Formats: sequence, structure tokens, C-alpha cells
Amino acid sequence: MEHEITTPLTKDVIATLHAGDTVRITGTIYTARDAAHKRMAEALQEGKPLPFDIRGQIIYYMGPTPAKPGHVIGSAGPTTASRMDKYTPQLLDLGLIGMIGKGKRSQAVKDAIVRNGAVYFAAIGGAGALLSHSIVGAKVIAYEDLGTEAIRELTVKDFPAIVVMDAEGTDLYKKVAEGTTSCD
Amino acid sequence: MESQIRSVDVAGVTSAIRDMCIRANCGLAKDMQDRLQEALARETSPVGKSVLTQLEQNLEIAGKEQIPICQDTGMAVVFMEIGQDVHFVGGDLNEAVNEGVRQGYTEGYLRKSVVSDPLLRKNTGDNTPAVLHLSMVPGDKVKITVAPKGFGSENMSRVVMLKPADGEEGVIDAVVQAVKDAGPNACPPMVVGVGIGGTFEKCAEMAKQALTLNTSEHSDLPHIRKLEEEILKRINRTGLGPAGLGGVNTALSVRILTYPTHIAGLPVGINICCHVNRHETVVL
Repeated sequence: MEHEITTPLTKDVIATLHAGDTVRITGTIYTARDAAHKRMAEALQEGKPLPFDIRGQIIYYMGPTPAKPGHVIGSAGPTTASRMDKYTPQLLDLGLIGMIGKGKRSQAVKDAIVRNGAVYFAAIGGAGALLSHSIVGAKVIAYEDLGTEAIRELTVKDFPAIVVMDAEGTDLYKKVAEGTTSCD
Repeated sequence: MESQIRSVDVAGVTSAIRDMCIRANCGLAKDMQDRLQEALARETSPVGKSVLTQLEQNLEIAGKEQIPICQDTGMAVVFMEIGQDVHFVGGDLNEAVNEGVRQGYTEGYLRKSVVSDPLLRKNTGDNTPAVLHLSMVPGDKVKITVAPKGFGSENMSRVVMLKPADGEEGVIDAVVQAVKDAGPNACPPMVVGVGIGGTFEKCAEMAKQALTLNTSEHSDLPHIRKLEEEILKRINRTGLGPAGLGGVNTALSVRILTYPTHIAGLPVGINICCHVNRHETVVL
């Protein structure tokens, strides 16, 4: 099934998304990968606020190439999500509701997704040039010194992704590995 | 017969590496484009077809706009075969290589993905240093191959020290298992480089070098050619498919390099790459 969804996502909308569905996302999303997650975890540990209000938001695990003159952003595809697994359950418990990346997640992340009624999307790895066309605005909002790993606020239009882990805990990758998917 | 010493200015090395970093990141060699097209023609899964179609569109956009195919423009791996009659002049060869990487990644709008210390993790800001593999060969030429390596797939690579008794089946199982474990993390369809034999480090280096081989060709050794074909067939039987979402194209190519090894060992290096299998070569 195909869905056109707009951020911030609500739990009602997420409840309609099922593993294997395709989505087109429009609105604001935030980038954060390894180093930014580490800093956010440190901030929380020190009792400091996160650099943006993550409630109801989507984090895109992505570090772009520099934008060429006249471009909004460079190549901008997903990175492997499992490297963020250590930090993710805490963020989900604090209100993060969606993630875009690629690859498998840990059981702890899966549990936190179900507990919080959240969703994990995959974007196509290796399609960074194509995906950059769905990004119409980009600005660094925190941790600028991290370069490509800084937190960016992106404005996306019809950003294509696939529901890999839905709020019920169904895991598309697992279904493919077990040969039980209806995808093909 | 006395051979002439040929002087090569390291400035030429710098500019060659600069250009290759940019070229490699914005376009794939003809053989990789062919592999993708064949995969699309053969794919039976609708979602697999859709993924492969998007990867082709992605290549087209990268070429047209001269932007990187993938945002992970990699760590620059450089292989240099240096003729033993070459004398480098004009500066430090290692520094010349890094200067080429620095210029390529800065001027080419490529991502700076290298940290100076693996534990302290501060970005070097210019994607240096490169990982440089030097070898000496007869002659007075310098052959340089630049292979920017992304880490989604690098992280899923491994070295396995098999026993001689494990034999060919052991090698096949080890490679297929590595691909299964990599799954969607390594952005299938993958290209797999395998190094068999040598020592612990030799098999890993051969695996990396195997990724730079032409995927339209096969090993000259009949039993290795057979093994390349067999492993590819078994990988594609996993059903993992493009993006790990199901299909018949989990890998596009398997290339193998071998080397003599010890009576007690069967080292196997497995280097996984995604379809963005980038490498450029020049001879100076």
C-alpha cells in the first residue's frame, strides 16, 4: 500500500502504516548519525535539553556530501541504522516517533518502537543522488563542528521510503529472510 | 642490460589522484553499469525491480549533475604499483597521495568521512589520510588505482581462518554466510571481493584488490573461475534481493584472488561492497 504522509506524524497515522508499505514523506525531518547521537546522549546524561524538540519527529540517519553551488544539499542517502541502536530506545521513550535509515535493528529498538507506537522506515541505500531531489531545504541547527555529522533540519517533499518496522513490531527484513513476505 | 632510471614528479601523482577521486565518486565503470542493467532484466520481484530502477535513475542523476552516486564517498584506498626503475622527485610520495585526496575531496564536493583517531574520533576535515598499498614491479611505470570505499559494506566484511580440510565448500559457506549476515546493511545488490590464501593480512588485501577487478571477466584459473560463478549463484539463491527487500539479485559479481599459503591454513578475506563499486586507474 502507498501512503502520502506529512510531518509531524501522529500515532493515528502511524497505526495505518504496515511493514512493506511505501510512503512519500512531506514536511520537516532531522538528520543525526553516529557523532550527533553520542552528543545527544551525553546532553541527556548531563540533564541538558536536546538541540531540538524530538517529540513527534523523524530522524533521518544521514550525513550528506557538501552542496554544490546552486544545490540545496549534496548526495543524501541513508546510513546503516544499527549503529544508532545503542541510543535509540531512550530517544523513542522521549517522544521520537520515526526513523529513516537502512538495515536491521536490535530487539531493544524493536521493543521501544512497539512500546511507543513508532515506526522505522528504510530509504534505498546507494541512491543518494536520487534522494537529494526530494530534499528542498536544509540547514544546520546544531553541532556544526561535526561537519557532515551535524544535525540538519531538512524540508522534504515526497521523500520515498518503505515501512520496515511498524508499530506492531512486524519486521519486513525478517519476513524477507524467512521467505514469508508478500512483497514479491 | 642496464636500465635507465626514470624520474617521476610527485606533483603528477597528486593531480592524478585528485581527478580519480572525483571521477570515481560521480560515475561507475562500464562493467558495473552493465551488471546493474542485467540485474534489472533478470529481477523477478516487483520491489526488487523498483529498487534497481531507482539505482539506475540515481546513476543517471549523479552523472548528469556530477554529484556523488552515494553520500558515503568513502575512505580513499590507493593501490600503487611502482616500477623499480622509477625515482620519485619533487617531495614526499605519501604526502603527494594525501594531497591528491585532499584536493579531490575538497574541490569535488565529496564528503569528509575520516577521523584522525579511531577512538578520539575527530574529523580530519579533508578525508585524509588515504590507505596506501605500495608494491614494486619491474619497469619504469607507475600504476595508480583509487578505490573510495564506503563503510556500510566495509563494516560487514571479515577475515575467516578456515582449516585446509574445509576446502572449497568451506570457502563457499563462509562467503555466503558473510553476505547473509550483512543483509540489508550492506545495500545489496553487492559486489564481493574474496582473497584466498596467503596470511591473515594478505587475504584481506587481496579481497580489497579483487573489488577493483573487471566484473565482466573471470579468473584465469579454471577452478577459481568456477568458484566465482558458484558463489555468486549461491548468494543469489538467498533471496535477500535488492535493498534486502527480496529478489534474485543479492550480488552482482564475485571476484577472487588467490596466493600460496601455509600447509596448516586456508585464510579467506571477504570484502563486501555495494553496487557503488568505485575504482579508477591511471598509468604514469
